Amino acid sequence: MFLINCPYCGERDQTEFSCGGEAHIERPKQPTELSDDQWAEYLFMRKNIKGVQFERWNHAHGCRKWFNMVRDTSNDKIHAVYKMGETPPVK
Amino acid sequence: MSKNLRINKNNFIDQTTRISFKFNGKQLFGYKGDTLASALLANNIHLVGRSFKYHRPRGIMTCGSEEPNAIVQIGNDSSLTDPNVRATEIELYEGLEASSQNCWPSVNFDIGGINNFLSPLLPAGFYYKTFMWPASFWEKYEYFIRHSAGLGKAPTKSDPDIYDHQYSHCDVLIVGGGISGIISAKLSAEKGLDTFLIDDKNFLGGSTIYQENEAYKINDIYSNEWLAKEIKSLKNYPNLIIKNRTSLAAFHGYNYLLARENLTDHLSISDRKNKIRQRLWKIRAKKVIIASGSIERPLIFSNNDRPGIILSSSIKKYIDYYGVKTGENISLFTNNDSAYETAISLIKSGVKVNVIVDIRKNSESLIVKEALDLGLKVLWESTVVETQGYKKIKSFEVMRLSDDGNNVIGNKTKHNCDCLGISGGWTPMVHLFTQSGGKLKFRNEDNVFIPDQNKTPTNQISVGSCNGEFKLDEIVTRTIENTKSFLDLSKTCYDEMKINCPDEISKRNIWLLPSDKPIGKTKPFLDFQNDSTAKDVKLALREGFKSIEHVKRYTTTGMGTDQGKLSNMHALGIIADTTGTNMGELGTTTFRPPYTPLTFGAIVGRNVGEFFDHTRKTAIHNWHVKNNAEFENVGQWKRPWYFPKNGENMHQAVQRESKAARDSAGILDASTLGKIDIQGTDASEFLNRVYTNAWSKLEIGKCRYGLMLNEDGMVYDDGVTTRLGENHYIMTTTTGGAANVLSKLEDYLQTEWPELDVYLTTVTDQYSTISICGPNSKNIISKIVPSLDLSDSNFPHMSFKNTKISDVNCRIMRISFTGEHSYEINIQSNYAEDLWIKCMEAGKEFNLTPYGTETMHLLRAEKGFIITGQDTDGTLTPSDLQMDWIIGKKKFDFIGKRSLYRSDTIREDRKQLVGLLTDDPKEVLEEGAQLVENINTKPVEMLGHVTSSYFSPNLNKSIALAVVKSGKKLKGKKLIVPMENKNINVTITDTVFYDKENKRLNA
Ligand SMILES: [Zn+2]
Repeated sequence: MFLINCPYCGERDQTEFSCGGEAHIERPKQPTELSDDQWAEYLFMRKNIKGVQFERWNHAHGCRKWFNMVRDTSNDKIHAVYKMGETPPVK
Repeated sequence: MSKNLRINKNNFIDQTTRISFKFNGKQLFGYKGDTLASALLANNIHLVGRSFKYHRPRGIMTCGSEEPNAIVQIGNDSSLTDPNVRATEIELYEGLEASSQNCWPSVNFDIGGINNFLSPLLPAGFYYKTFMWPASFWEKYEYFIRHSAGLGKAPTKSDPDIYDHQYSHCDVLIVGGGISGIISAKLSAEKGLDTFLIDDKNFLGGSTIYQENEAYKINDIYSNEWLAKEIKSLKNYPNLIIKNRTSLAAFHGYNYLLARENLTDHLSISDRKNKIRQRLWKIRAKKVIIASGSIERPLIFSNNDRPGIILSSSIKKYIDYYGVKTGENISLFTNNDSAYETAISLIKSGVKVNVIVDIRKNSESLIVKEALDLGLKVLWESTVVETQGYKKIKSFEVMRLSDDGNNVIGNKTKHNCDCLGISGGWTPMVHLFTQSGGKLKFRNEDNVFIPDQNKTPTNQISVGSCNGEFKLDEIVTRTIENTKSFLDLSKTCYDEMKINCPDEISKRNIWLLPSDKPIGKTKPFLDFQNDSTAKDVKLALREGFKSIEHVKRYTTTGMGTDQGKLSNMHALGIIADTTGTNMGELGTTTFRPPYTPLTFGAIVGRNVGEFFDHTRKTAIHNWHVKNNAEFENVGQWKRPWYFPKNGENMHQAVQRESKAARDSAGILDASTLGKIDIQGTDASEFLNRVYTNAWSKLEIGKCRYGLMLNEDGMVYDDGVTTRLGENHYIMTTTTGGAANVLSKLEDYLQTEWPELDVYLTTVTDQYSTISICGPNSKNIISKIVPSLDLSDSNFPHMSFKNTKISDVNCRIMRISFTGEHSYEINIQSNYAEDLWIKCMEAGKEFNLTPYGTETMHLLRAEKGFIITGQDTDGTLTPSDLQMDWIIGKKKFDFIGKRSLYRSDTIREDRKQLVGLLTDDPKEVLEEGAQLVENINTKPVEMLGHVTSSYFSPNLNKSIALAVVKSGKKLKGKKLIVPMENKNINVTITDTVFYDKENKRLNA
């Protein structure tokens, strides 16, 4: 059970948050120009790696804001938390 | 049997307070401070249960949570009985009733004991190998297995006890109140930190508190006296909270820990009334100090499981702490010095110690010398090869060990005893450390896994014997050192310590002791609770199991309620020896929470009964209750399902309600529909992107139905959205989808389209919705709001008006989910019940009939309107639903648009929504029933299934909606709905059954 440092509220218990999967997968600007394969890549393909992973999180039972988080899935260490639109820290 | 084995001298048991209790129906006595185990032993009762597989007689083996054998059922009340309780942990209370488990008909005569004689036939994996074939026999096997090998009886009635949850956000949590824990707690408290100390016993001080031996001194006084003074001094710290009878269950990441505090289990039944039984502590500690200690290992030799064979350190605790002799002719079997401390305690208490069998060549430590001076006889370099005695040990046989320890040599000598103490060294309790993510390292000198300092999660340390420190001076000085640096302390009360203690020099370890018999003829038990032996582990290795996790599961070693606290190390050792691997490379099995079992009561706490989940009620709920509504759960909402009158059943009520709504007028509480207020200069653009149809041109004051997809093109939600102003909309969602739709919209707004100026606010609870439909709805509304012009030209279908009813602002939408002329009034929730009653009064002359969700579903099905979640299941596109008309094909983009022409979504043989009519108009289909064309082909091809089905009173026939492969092309086709005892013939039709021309909307 992590403690997550919401960039808007501060440190809160994990139970207040929900995870939205892999971060930095931008919705294509012009979906109609994509092939089936390209669209499927956006739609279905997500990484689930052991190690440092960039994730989307939502402070669902708090400020309801979405933000990004860098978490090591092997030990749940949270390396960074940053707002949507901010540049991700270098890997 | 009725022997009293209690000695008078001891400081811990209140021998003036006698407590009566029952074990297996027999009336017995003990004293305040006893555990059930110590009281039983004082009554000379060793045999307390039967083992799981072979039903061998088993006795009390330990004095703590590692106990594998003495598992009892407490109480016989059908709601309060508690199975799988360790006799070594339960404190004696007046009226305690306990009984043996896993034996039938009684512990002394157990039918399953026949398994013991069949044991050559019950090797590792026996259950897997035997009961798998033939498959049809499994039910019979299962009956016998369950009947003869249950682990206690679960209560059959609901638990009347109260359980509680509490949070702690302490600076420092200390787990374990032994000498290390006490030292750390005092250091932490002295520094002024908020300190929380928990210990699973009813007393503090661990094993040091009853270690009364002049070889052990701290600052020139006996170590037990020193510790007692320290414990007393803890009272001076208001910032230190001490919780006894509290055991840690789990240590999660980020120092989140769960601990269970027992509050009443030690009280007599009458003293427990109205008290909280257990409290689950949810602790978020800034720092954690684990001081969980160590437990003694058994030794693995043939028939090492007989009642009367007890861990040496437990014998010591029974005599020194409880004043209970575990026997009167005791021998000890050891590979280390600690058994000699037990011998000294026994001799000083006047118990005869016959002999110590020691596998080492020699030991010259002070403690051994002291024992020898007391006249103790030691058989060096020897091992026990066999024991005798069925229900209790009577004798054991000893032989000399060869130099390499692999064989026994010379003559066998037999020794009588009524108790054999065994000590195989010590195992640090690293469970909590590993649960938290810490990694272990193996220390070869004494074969222990200890916390690896370099692989310890931040903000925690382990101190004392759980950290591999076993000598008193080491324990004290290193605990002080480590705590000081961990808590960043400089000067403390423990800066000058003088410690005296004996030194253990000689060490020898043999995981599986040799015997003069071939291994096949011996029974060296490893896991006492699950009856797995060293033979089973070797067999598993021969059969090709290599991973320790696999061996564990195959042999069930370490899988009992004790989680193999005693057995894991030996299993590992034997695997390492047999395969020639280093134990450090082998690693351990994973220690999973809970460390000790938790009750369901403690887990759920107060969240039981009506507090299990939230119940949402509409503002009109009380009226529905008063008017006999039957309710349906829709998510957390209670919605009126139907309103039975004069003893109607559901079918009769729904038929009446449906007919009234079409013939004259019906009224529905639609308040549970999700309502999202959307504002901002980009609100129209936002709706364009989230709905499939176009919104920019919707005039202010007009309503529009929208369909929302997932990015995969599947229908997700639907509802009517109204344009209240230039930059202001109100969106309605399905009842069940409200929260998820809001989350999804917020997600897109915040992450994909942050440039849009749009704000979303849920107003589901703020507004109640009353829907009035039917040909007389207009007459009723005109009575309630006489000032409002209800003409089609002023107030057409799909439009809205702001108005006032008795000075209260409200919004009236002219929208319809039934196909009838219909209005939905949105009003601030606190006026809703009042307005509902007004409507009922105004509608009296028009037979205005309240209806529930069932009639609502029927009426919309007559019109072929879908219910997302009922007719859709996340696999249907708008085209599958025959709703191509709602796709804004010219729109640049919307959520899910690109998916609508993926190769899979444009397949023509997808399941598509159709209507169904039964050949027999009286036959009503079952929702979920399968549709087939040909019943005789094998396998029968399933073409689809029924999603909605009703008997329509307005059409006087059965109607249904279904999804069918290529359904759009199959209008008029005959299909079959095969049921258990008949086949129903149906014909595919259009989805709209009633008023296809939509004339009634403007009627
Ligand atoms: Zn927040």
